[in-house]
Amino acid sequence: MSLHFEALQWLQLLLHYASLSLLAVGGAISLVPDMHRYLVLEQHWLTETQFNASIAIAQAAPGPNVLFVGLMGWNVGLNAAGNTGLSAHAATLGLLGMATTMLGMLVPSTLLTWLATRWAAQYQQHRAIRAFKQGMAPLVIGLLLATAWTLGSASGDPRHDGALWALSAVAASLVWRTRIHLLWLLAAGALLGALGWV
Amino acid sequence: MPPTTPEDAAAGARPRPRSPSDLFFSFSILALQGFGGVLAVVQRELVEKKQWLSNEEFVEEWAVAQIMPGPNVVNLSVMLGERYFGWRGAVAALSGMLAFPTLIVLALATLYGHYAQHPQVAGALRGMAAVAAGLIAAAAFKLAGPLKKHPMGRPVCALLAAACFALVGWLHLPLGWVVPGLGLLACTLTWRKIAP
Repeated sequence: MSLHFEALQWLQLLLHYASLSLLAVGGAISLVPDMHRYLVLEQHWLTETQFNASIAIAQAAPGPNVLFVGLMGWNVGLNAAGNTGLSAHAATLGLLGMATTMLGMLVPSTLLTWLATRWAAQYQQHRAIRAFKQGMAPLVIGLLLATAWTLGSASGDPRHDGALWALSAVAASLVWRTRIHLLWLLAAGALLGALGWV
Repeated sequence: MPPTTPEDAAAGARPRPRSPSDLFFSFSILALQGFGGVLAVVQRELVEKKQWLSNEEFVEEWAVAQIMPGPNVVNLSVMLGERYFGWRGAVAALSGMLAFPTLIVLALATLYGHYAQHPQVAGALRGMAAVAAGLIAAAAFKLAGPLKKHPMGRPVCALLAAACFALVGWLHLPLGWVVPGLGLLACTLTWRKIAP
């Protein structure tokens, strides 16, 4: 996969993430459907596999899940370099991509949170603030479910679909109903996938 | 800044980070333990081990971090950093949360790049993605529990969540339309229900 990437495209990438940033109620993961629409379906900057791998690798690694955003930028950079293996050129563009998406994703929302923290401490009990806090709750849940749906239905191969959906459902009910460590579930998913069972 | 309220005075008696670099390393250690879910680790480290916050304070801060746009743990780092050392603290905590995990994730992505052609590796990633979808759905179910007591009532909440899910997950409408539109409706309905 080789892309035509110049200043304009980098700017578009930055602005897309910056425009999503303030919509990320429920975390960056709730923006996955929109990132998929833009990066994969509209611009063709990432393949379906790269998109899903970015999320899965970030989930498997320690630290905030938002790093999947950085990995998407990294992969866009590698594609822009012609995807010819990890040369210095590719690594530079990869890091540029990572910085672009992470800054776009984090700067607007973080600035807002920082300013709001300084301002809102005095108005905790104000009716409008309580209405905002409580009113957004159902939307957070709807967005999380949409993200689970986008991730779950991303596998296009019909042979695998049934088993993958079952795996998602089992993982969801185990996490919902038990206190099992998430790492065990991710490891089990990796093992089942590597053995070709899902 | 001197303590100005009783809460501030009480917080002054509690252990607190010594410096921005203490914040940086504390958040680094915390982030490196957070596989999958960081919330449980944040609570254990900051409340139980370091005792920088009481459980009640933690729940309040976490609720705000969750409601503000942006990744929850990133927001929480900024809010706690700001509380102790102003903007320098916010920067220190945020960098701590992101620096080392970024290196690890890049190393993993590079490894994956080398072995992406192997069917086992592709299979493992596919399996992990399916599990990840389940983890996110479970988080949604857990958060939906407290909606029983929501001022709008359960049916309206369910309807709003379902509408949001369908518009974004099935119809692929841009969030820039869905979140402000449904959000305004939801906040107005809530505002009318709660006492002034």
